[in-house]
Amino acid sequence: MTEENHNGPSRRAFLTGAGAVAAGTLAGKASAETDPAIAIKPWMQELGDGVDVSPYGMPSPYEEDVKRRTVEWLTADPVSSINFTPIHALDGTITPNGVCFERHHSGVAKVDPAEHRLMINGLVDRELIFTMEDLMRFPRENHVYFLECAANSGMEWRGSQLNGVQFTHGMIHNVEYTGIPLRLLLEEAGVKTEGKWLLAEGADAAAMSRSIPMEKALDDCLVAFKMNGEALRPEQGYPVRLVVPGWEGNMWVKWLRRLEVGDQPWHHREETSKYTDLLDDGTARRFTWEMDAKSVVTSPSPQAPITHGPGPTVLTGLAWSGRGTIPRVDVTIDGGITWHKARMSGPSTPKALHRFYYDFEWDGSPLLVQSRAHDSTGYVQPTKDQLREMRGLNSIYHNNGIQTWAVDADGKAENVEIS
Amino acid sequence: MSRFLKLALLASTMASPLAAEPLGLGRPATPEEVAVWDIDVRPDGLGLPEGSGDVATGDGIYTEKCSACHGVFGEGAGRWPVLAGGQGSLTDARPVKTVGSYWPYLSTVFDYVHRAMPFGDAQSLTDDEVYAITAYLLYLNDEVDEDFVLSSENFTEARLPNEEGFVPDDRMEIEFPAFSKEPCMTDCKPEVEITMRAAVLDVTPEETAAKEAAEKAEAETTEPATEEAASDPTTEEAPAPEEATAEETPVEVAEAPAADPAMIKAGEKAFRKCKSCHQIGAKAKNRVGPVLNGIVDGPAGAVEGFRYSKAMEAAGEEGLVWSHDELSAFLADPKGYMKGTKMSFRGVRKEEDIDALIAYLRDASE
Repeated sequence: MTEENHNGPSRRAFLTGAGAVAAGTLAGKASAETDPAIAIKPWMQELGDGVDVSPYGMPSPYEEDVKRRTVEWLTADPVSSINFTPIHALDGTITPNGVCFERHHSGVAKVDPAEHRLMINGLVDRELIFTMEDLMRFPRENHVYFLECAANSGMEWRGSQLNGVQFTHGMIHNVEYTGIPLRLLLEEAGVKTEGKWLLAEGADAAAMSRSIPMEKALDDCLVAFKMNGEALRPEQGYPVRLVVPGWEGNMWVKWLRRLEVGDQPWHHREETSKYTDLLDDGTARRFTWEMDAKSVVTSPSPQAPITHGPGPTVLTGLAWSGRGTIPRVDVTIDGGITWHKARMSGPSTPKALHRFYYDFEWDGSPLLVQSRAHDSTGYVQPTKDQLREMRGLNSIYHNNGIQTWAVDADGKAENVEIS
Repeated sequence: MSRFLKLALLASTMASPLAAEPLGLGRPATPEEVAVWDIDVRPDGLGLPEGSGDVATGDGIYTEKCSACHGVFGEGAGRWPVLAGGQGSLTDARPVKTVGSYWPYLSTVFDYVHRAMPFGDAQSLTDDEVYAITAYLLYLNDEVDEDFVLSSENFTEARLPNEEGFVPDDRMEIEFPAFSKEPCMTDCKPEVEITMRAAVLDVTPEETAAKEAAEKAEAETTEPATEEAASDPTTEEAPAPEEATAEETPVEVAEAPAADPAMIKAGEKAFRKCKSCHQIGAKAKNRVGPVLNGIVDGPAGAVEGFRYSKAMEAAGEEGLVWSHDELSAFLADPKGYMKGTKMSFRGVRKEEDIDALIAYLRDASE
C-alpha cells in the first residue's frame, strides 16, 4: 500500500497517534496517571470517509507491514520466484486473498476470461473445450484446503537459516475454494478405461505441467474459480486453477487451460528435475505428492516477539496434514523436556489449516518454543534430526520437521536448533 | 410404484456410477485445436514432432538464446540452472543436478525447452531447433559426439545416465512407522542446548531481519552451508565468462610426424568445446581465454596481453609449467586444480579426450 492510495489518517496524525500509544504504555508502567489514549481523539470528532471512498476495501494503514515478502537471494529472477505469506501476523485459519504467497515460474499470466478455454483431450470419448461460461453451469462445491509449496521450509534442511516464520513456513495459504469436482469434467469427456493419468497444464509462459494419477483426479480435486468467495486473484491462477487437496502446491496448476488423459505419467520437468527428493544414497524419491503433517508456532516468533513482558501470554500456531485432520498439537516452551496439549480452536476439516493456542503465564525467563502436530492417521510430526536421518541434507522438498524458536528474556525470538 | 422407487429408477437410468451421463456442456475440440496446445512429450516418444537437429546447429542456437543465463558450457550464470556436468555428484555435500547428472529422461528436456524456453520467449523455437538444442545439451554432458544428430527416429534410443536413479515415494512404508509412535510428554530429556542460530548466517531480508539478534549472536561461525534456493537450488556460483564468442576462426593444422594422427584428429574434435573462448594457430588472438600456441610444456600465465586471474598469475610466478601431467590435471577439473581460475569450463571427463586434446594443442601450435 502506498501513501497515495490509502485513505487513512494523515502522516502527522499517524505519528501523533503512534507517539500517544508509546507514551501511554510508558505512563501505564510508570504511574497511575490517566492514559493519554483516554482522550477525545480526532477520529472521535471529525467525520470519516464516505461509503464510496474505497469501493474495494483495504486493510488499515496501521497494518501495512502485514504483507508478502520475498527472499531475493533465493532465485535468479523475480519472474520465476516465490514470496511468503505473513503468517506471523495472521490469526484464525483462513488466509486473506491479498497475502496468499505467490510462486510463479514465468510470472503472472494476464488472462482475459472471455478468451480463456479449458480443453480436455487424450484418452477420452469426447475431446472437449469449455468456456468459463460453460464451467459455471456444472454443479459446484465449496471446500477449505491448505496449499503448501513442496519447498516450504526447504532452506532449513541444513540448519537454522531465516529469522522469521514468514520465511521458514510462509509458502502456505488456506482458503475456501468454489469449484467443480474434477470428476464431473472428466465424466463429461468420458475417460477411456486405459486412462490412468492426467496431465494438467497452465496457460502461463511456463505452460506449467504436472502428471496426476486418475485415482486422485476422480477423488477430491476441484477446478476452482473462486477463493474466499471472490474470483481467484491473478497471481493465484485467475480465472481458473486446479485444486489438489493435501498434495504439493506445484500440482495445483494455475491458469488451467488443458487436461490430457493418458495411460502413463509424462515425467515433465517439474516432476523430475524439480520436486523430486534427493536422498543420502544419491537416489531420489519421485511423485512425493502428499504433504506430511506439520505445525509451527507463529507467535511468538522472530517477527512476532513478546512485547508485553512477563504475565499472561498467548502462544499460537498453525498445523496441517495432507492426509487428514489435526486432532492434536503438542507445545513445549522448555525445548522439549515437557510437552503440553495445545488448545485447538476453529474448524477442523481434512487437508486444511488448523489453529492452536497455548495460553500460559510467562515468568520472563528464556524459552525454547516448539510445536508437534498429530494427524488423524496417527502420524506425529518428526524432529528435523529424525528427518535428516531418513533423508540426508539434500532433499530440499518436504521438510516438515519441528521448528524451534528461542525467546530471550526481552521476548525477542530467534530461529534456532537444539539438542 | 412408490414415488421413491420411481425416483431411484430415474436416477439409475440418468447416471450410473461408472459412466455418468454427460450434461452436454462444452463443445467438441477439433484435432487442429488440440494440436495447438497439445505439444507434450513423454519418455516413450509419444507426442514427439517430426524433425531433427545436430550438435553444431544446437551450439549456435544455444550460444545465442540460452548461454546468457545457462552459461557457455551449461555451467549456469548466477543462480540460473546448471545444465551440464555434475555427474557422480549426487551423493556429495553439494550435488549438482543437471541434465547429465540427474534428469531421468531426454523427453523431459525436449518437452521443457519446447514449452517454456527461451525464458520470456516461450514456444518461439521450431521443432528442429528444439531437436538441435537437445542434441547440444547431450553433447555438453559428454553423452554424444559432436557429429551427433538427434531426430524423431532415434530419439527414444537416447538414454540419460540417471534414469534408474529414481525410486517411488516410500514415505508411508519407511517413515510412517517411525513417525507414528506416541511421543514423550514429560521429562523427555535431562537438558537442552542451542546447537545452531539463524542469526549467525544473517541472510534474512533486511526489512524484517532480527538485526539486533544478529548483532547479539556469538561470532563463532556455524557451518554457513545454506545457500540453498527454495525452488531453484543452484548452489555453486559459477562466474560467467565476460564474453561469449561464437566466432569460429579456422584452425591451421600442421603435420605432426611424431604424434598419432588419429589422436590429433580426436583432439581437434574435443577442442570444439574450447573454441568458444580459445584460439590456436598462426592467426590466433586472445579472446575470453588466452591464445594457446605453445601451451604444452610452456609456462603458466605467460601469454602477453592476457589478463589472468590472480591465481594463474601467481602460479606462473611460482614457475608452474604446463607439462602433460599438470595440464591433464587442470583440464580434468579446472576449478578443483586451481581455485580462483577465470576458466569457467567445468572440465573434460574422459582421460582419452584429455590426451587427445593435449596432442592436438601440441600439434596445432607448430
